[in-house]
Amino acid sequence: MLKKVLIANRGEIACRVVRACQKLNMKTVAVYSEADKDAMHVQMADEAYLIGPPPVQQSYLRIEKIIQVAKDAKVDAIHPGYGLLSENAKFAKECQKEGIIFIGPSPEVIETMGDKVAARQTMKEAGLPVIPGTENGTEDVETLVRQAETIGYPVMLKAAAGGGGIGMERAANEAELRKVFEGNKKRAESFFGNGTLYLEKLIENARHIEIQILADEYGNVVHLGERDCSVQRRNQKVIEESPSPFMSEATRHKMGKAAVQAAKHMGYTNAGTMEFLVDPDENFYFLEMNTRLQVEHPVTEEVTGVDIVEWQLRIASGERIPFSQDDIAMSGHALEARIYAEDPNTFFPSPGTISALSVPEGKGLRHECGVTSGSTVTPYYDPMIAKFIVSKATRKETIAAMKTALREYRVEGIKTNIPMLLDVLSHDQFQQGKATISFVSEYLQKEKTEK
Amino acid sequence: MTMIKSSMAGNLWKLLVQPGDTVEAGQEVAILESMKMEIPIEAETAGTVKNVMKAEGEFVNEGDDLVELE
Repeated sequence: MLKKVLIANRGEIACRVVRACQKLNMKTVAVYSEADKDAMHVQMADEAYLIGPPPVQQSYLRIEKIIQVAKDAKVDAIHPGYGLLSENAKFAKECQKEGIIFIGPSPEVIETMGDKVAARQTMKEAGLPVIPGTENGTEDVETLVRQAETIGYPVMLKAAAGGGGIGMERAANEAELRKVFEGNKKRAESFFGNGTLYLEKLIENARHIEIQILADEYGNVVHLGERDCSVQRRNQKVIEESPSPFMSEATRHKMGKAAVQAAKHMGYTNAGTMEFLVDPDENFYFLEMNTRLQVEHPVTEEVTGVDIVEWQLRIASGERIPFSQDDIAMSGHALEARIYAEDPNTFFPSPGTISALSVPEGKGLRHECGVTSGSTVTPYYDPMIAKFIVSKATRKETIAAMKTALREYRVEGIKTNIPMLLDVLSHDQFQQGKATISFVSEYLQKEKTEK
Repeated sequence: MTMIKSSMAGNLWKLLVQPGDTVEAGQEVAILESMKMEIPIEAETAGTVKNVMKAEGEFVNEGDDLVELE
C-alpha cells in the first residue's frame, strides 16, 4: 500500500483526496500557491509546500517544481485530481521517470485520449460507435457537400484547428452548408490560421451520458454505471445525476459493456470516464474519454457504494479489484449540484470573501467543499467552490430534498448560482427527466429574457 | 472625458483598442480573464480613446481604470 501521497491540486478535490488517503492511513502532502496559503487543503494535509505565485502557470502547472517537492517530501505517489495536470501526459511521464507513481493511466493512454483524432480512431477500433463525420478536413466546398450527402443532414461544420465553440456552424441542408461555408472558413483562418473544415453529424436532442470505469493493473475492468450530465451551460456541467432518468436497462447494459471492452482494448488502468452523446432513440456515440477522476464522481459513489478515490489509491498501490461486474448494483438516486461563485443573472464570476457559509446537513446530504466562512475566492482559479450531493430512494424524493436543502444553503459575501440551480430543479422538463444538452439555453435562458 | 473601469478583478487578457481609436457605445474595449472565464468590458458611451491605463497581462482589481475616452 502507498505510504505517502502528494496531491497536485487545490480546492474541494484536494480535500476529497486527503480524506481518502487518511481513510487508508496514507500520509498527505499538499502544494499551494501564494493565493492559497490559508486554503483548506493546506490545513488538512500532513505537510504543505508553497510552489509559486497565484497564476496556475507559475504554481499548479509547474511540473518540475511539483516533482521536486515530491522528491523532497519522499512521497511514493502523486494524485493529480481533475483539471490542472491531471491529463498532462508529460507530467505522468516525468513522474514515471522519477520513480513516482502517477495515480492514473499510463502516459501513452493519456496522450492518445487527449488527441481528438487518435482517440476517435482508437475507440472505433475498440468497437465503440463514434459520431459519423469526415476523418480528413478540406477547404473545398464541393467536397464538403458530397461528404454531407453521405453523412446525412443536419451537420456541424467545424474548424479542424478549432476549439471552444469557435468556428462551428450548423447546416440543415445543402443550401445552408454553402451559405455558412465562406464565413466559417474565414473565421477559422483568422482565429486559428487554418481554414481547414470538417463535418460531423449533428445529433439532435442529445443527452450527455457518461460511463465510469475502474481498471486494475491485472486486466480487470468494471463499470460503475452511468451519469447523466445533460444540464450544461456553455459546455460546463451544472447538475449531474445517476442513474439517468432517460436510459433503459438494455442501453445501460450495452453502453457499460462497450466501455469496458474499449478500456480493455487500450490497456486502461485506474479510474476513467467515457463520455457519450445519446440520441432520443438511445443510439450512443463516443465523445471523449477523461483519463482522470471527474468532478461528478460522487453521484456514482452514492448509488453504487463504491468509493472511487479509495479505489484509485488501492489500484495505484497494486491491489486487484476484488469485485466483479455482477457484484455492482445501483440503488436509489443521486443528484449533484455544482455551486459556482458567479452572478446568477449575468453568469459572470463573483470573486470575494465568504463572510458566512452555512450548509444544510442530514441523511442523504453530502457536501464536498474546499472553502469555509472567511475564505477568499480569488479570481485566479475555477469558480466552482463546492458540490452538493443528495441521494434518496427515488428521483422525485432526491429532487425535492435537494430543493429544500439549497433553499437553506447560505453563502454570504459572494454571489452564487444557487438561484439558477433552483430554477433547473423546479423546471417541468427537468422534473420529467426530459432535459437534453440544450435544456439551459432552450428553456432557462429564453424564459429569463422573456421576463 | 470618461473612464472605462474594470467590472471585476482578473487578468487583462486582451486590450482591443489603442489611443486614437474611435469606439461606439457598447463596443468591447478589453477582455478580462477571471476564474477561467472571459469577461468582455464594453464602452458605455461613444468616444475617442485618449489613453490605455493598463497593459495586456496585467492584473486588475475591480474598479481599476482601464481606458480613458474623450
